[in-house]
Amino acid sequence: MPSIAKPRIPLAPLVHNELGLTIRDYEGAMSTLCAGCGHDSVTAAISLAFFELSIRPRDIAKLSGIGCSSKTPTYFINGAHGFNSAHGRMAAIATGAVAAHRGLHYIGVSGDGDSLSIGLGHLSHAIRRNIDMTYIIENNGVYGLTKGQVSPSADVGSRPKKGDPNVVPPIDPMELGLAIGATFLARGFSGDKDQLVPLIKAAVAHRGFALLDVISPCVSFNDHEGSTKSYRFFREHEVHEIEADYVPQRAEIRSKISADSARAVTMHDGSVMYFRALPEGYDPTNRLTVESYLAERKAAGEVPTGLLYVKENAPDLHDMSGTIAQPLVEVSHRDLCPGSEALAQLQRAFR
Amino acid sequence: MMEPTNTGDPEFYHRVVDCQWACPAHTDVPGYIRLISQGRFDDAYLLNRQSNVFPGVLGRVCDRPCEPACRRGRVDGDPVAICRLKRVAADLAGDVRDRLPRAGESNGKRVVCVGAGPASLTVANDLVPLGYEVTILERFPRAGGLMRTNIPEFRLPAAVLDDEIAMITEMGVSVKVGHEVGSLAALLAEGYDAVFVGSGAPKPKDLVLPGRDEEIGESHIHLGIEWLEAVAFGHVTSIGERVLIIGVGNTAMDCCRTSLRLGGTEIKVMARRPRDYFKASPWELVDAEEEGVEIVVNHAPRRFVVEEGRLTGVEFDVLTWDEAARHSEVLETIVIPCDDVVIAVGQENAFPWIERDLGLEFTEWDTPVVDAETFSSTRPGVFFGGDAALGPKNIIWAVAHGHEAALSIDLYCRGEALTPRPEATMTLTSQQMGMSEWSYHNDYNPSPRQQMSHVPLAERFRELSREVELGFDPEQTAREVQRCLNCDVQTGFRADLCIECDACLDVCPVQCLSIVANGSEEEVRARLRAPSGQPDEPLYVSDGLPQTGRVMVKDENVCVHCGLCAERCPTAAWDMVLFDRESPFSRGTQFIPLSRVSKRVEEVRA
Repeated sequence: MPSIAKPRIPLAPLVHNELGLTIRDYEGAMSTLCAGCGHDSVTAAISLAFFELSIRPRDIAKLSGIGCSSKTPTYFINGAHGFNSAHGRMAAIATGAVAAHRGLHYIGVSGDGDSLSIGLGHLSHAIRRNIDMTYIIENNGVYGLTKGQVSPSADVGSRPKKGDPNVVPPIDPMELGLAIGATFLARGFSGDKDQLVPLIKAAVAHRGFALLDVISPCVSFNDHEGSTKSYRFFREHEVHEIEADYVPQRAEIRSKISADSARAVTMHDGSVMYFRALPEGYDPTNRLTVESYLAERKAAGEVPTGLLYVKENAPDLHDMSGTIAQPLVEVSHRDLCPGSEALAQLQRAFR
Repeated sequence: MMEPTNTGDPEFYHRVVDCQWACPAHTDVPGYIRLISQGRFDDAYLLNRQSNVFPGVLGRVCDRPCEPACRRGRVDGDPVAICRLKRVAADLAGDVRDRLPRAGESNGKRVVCVGAGPASLTVANDLVPLGYEVTILERFPRAGGLMRTNIPEFRLPAAVLDDEIAMITEMGVSVKVGHEVGSLAALLAEGYDAVFVGSGAPKPKDLVLPGRDEEIGESHIHLGIEWLEAVAFGHVTSIGERVLIIGVGNTAMDCCRTSLRLGGTEIKVMARRPRDYFKASPWELVDAEEEGVEIVVNHAPRRFVVEEGRLTGVEFDVLTWDEAARHSEVLETIVIPCDDVVIAVGQENAFPWIERDLGLEFTEWDTPVVDAETFSSTRPGVFFGGDAALGPKNIIWAVAHGHEAALSIDLYCRGEALTPRPEATMTLTSQQMGMSEWSYHNDYNPSPRQQMSHVPLAERFRELSREVELGFDPEQTAREVQRCLNCDVQTGFRADLCIECDACLDVCPVQCLSIVANGSEEEVRARLRAPSGQPDEPLYVSDGLPQTGRVMVKDENVCVHCGLCAERCPTAAWDMVLFDRESPFSRGTQFIPLSRVSKRVEEVRA
């Protein structure tokens, strides 16, 4: 626990976004996670992404389950709506929230335990339904809150701080997503905000379920020699091949990556995602090439990062359900619940 | 590629402590402010005294070069009231005499100082503990120099000055008052091992205009510093009702406020140029105006109007200036009636008593050639300091000169070279007390700068010696000390421990940290997360980081020293370390720590 809250300094040279807000308006309470936790860096990246997108805090809903990662929504965007749900149930709660209020930007933060163990079923169905949300897995391969047991994302052979190396094969959320029809799959690293922030911005702009697997080392229980999710291991094995930059539709184009020889993918709202330095023949919109590429890299012991797969304009939950454009929360109670006579009439229609 | 910053050089961290860097005597400002916050007023006073020798005096009348430099000014617009806090330490310190440096065992060397002002007194203060026998010669009946003669008592009470001079002289300095030195040759013949000239800038500049020389019986045209001297020694006790002060420096401010206390009721300070170009410190202008002095701009004096042998006024050209106040045009010419005029247009040093055949070179402006580093003249063994050395400045500069000159005198008397100068040293001590626990108050306190309370106007003019400023009360003090950002508690970084987790970058409230690829300074500055407000401020650049080879860069400009980077660092690559600078001159000036005093008391009891 830090000794003081991050002070507000009146004349600090802060930039303002289109809403006239500063990055400080996108911050939350002081983190109580261990010093050096990758999650804190992801928190900072989320704050920065929403700040740069100039989204009003009150138009954002942040959701989480249980775990170190699930504590983090407290640490960003104080002014947003929030729901801290039961273990593994964040995707289910988000589904309900998205169904009821399609007018908000949903950001869920979960961990490898919360998402790939107890919550795997809910996560899978949220992917299938293409819920319009950004779902971040802060992936450290370990149960940090219970002091370091291996999690379902731990690699075979990865050595925990105490005990024997892991022998059970891991679940790779990117492979899982490809298998069940995810429409946006990206992997980032907490220690590389230059890449992570554009990925979060693109995920927020994506209509549908955007799954971000963020390698986020656990400094206390999984940052040692022998771990495959440590800061050092990841920096040595990360393949930064799929560089991407996100250019919002209306903003002046200031891409960090030169647009020459880059592949542009237009998002549904007109924003553009630029890919560069792609491996020969790689097409982030072709599921088959992505699948084989990921399998190849995995066999070579590498972890590719960047926006791995994107499918724009796939129907989301609301398209599939045929709901009205107006968020249901804004529909008057009389219209939403027209009474028992209307219900009886509907039921008669099915007889 | 930028080279890694050498934090082993004390100058780097010294520069981060803006106030200490700006102070000519390099007073450890954050150090004494923390001592005040802990209620350790004796220690605060003594720490102060170690570098600036006159905390009680300077806590009232210092020119405060530290305050415009203070980082707090760049954070919320108002610097810490450093000068006021210095006075708090002086006001609340008890009797510290048993902890002052004592005369050292005699080394048989004799040093004479000309003039008993702040420069000479500092020389004595530094040399007596080293075993020198120091004699000070003073032409006035009391020691103090301009602190006595030019600063009125309502700003600096005589008791404060007497006390701080006594702390030096009580060590065993022989001060010969009423002793005007008429010849340097004669003084040199007396066989001293070194001579220090701290005779100030005692010659007021005159305003030679028509009417100045006319016989007007009892003179009603006064020269600023001479007139203040006469008031200080009680030779002048009254002035006419309508007084014009010509000039708008700090001496003019003292003259106009003194006039109010000697019977003046309608006081005008006449300035040639617009207000932005005044020489007086802004707060002295404010204090004068609060007392009802009228400051009149754009008036250039033309002649003194003398009618029937009596001064009746001064004729002025009323000017209009161009934007940069370089060129003026005369709009009209008017006469402003008055009873007295005080001319306060500057002062200069004068050395009629120094023979020109002693091997002591003079410049074309008839001032001695003095080395600005060693304060030696061109004649070995003769040193200068204060206003006598490099022209009129302020007390704190005279003190700084005194320290350097004393250092030179000591080197000279020991037969050592004066250059290269002995270097300052530093001690760095971690301030971590435990998990998220620091030995200093690391939170940012948003209190505004506290305002000094003054004696009500009605009471102020009853007697000349009534001090106007009341000093800070305990509540003001408690608030003001917490405004200090503890810039001497430095962020120390060890690149070899960094795992580049970004925790420090994320938690920094002013975004002054960046991890970037190394490059030229221009490239590195362009990669910083927050644009630097002050490109002149140096960057801290680390060695290459172990995992990616990038470098940690810190823009020291607006760091508030909150320590959050060190708290959130998982590997203790960051630490908050106290930078304690030791000046080369401090060999003789160090005070006796409390622990040693109490031990002595116990020994006496046993």
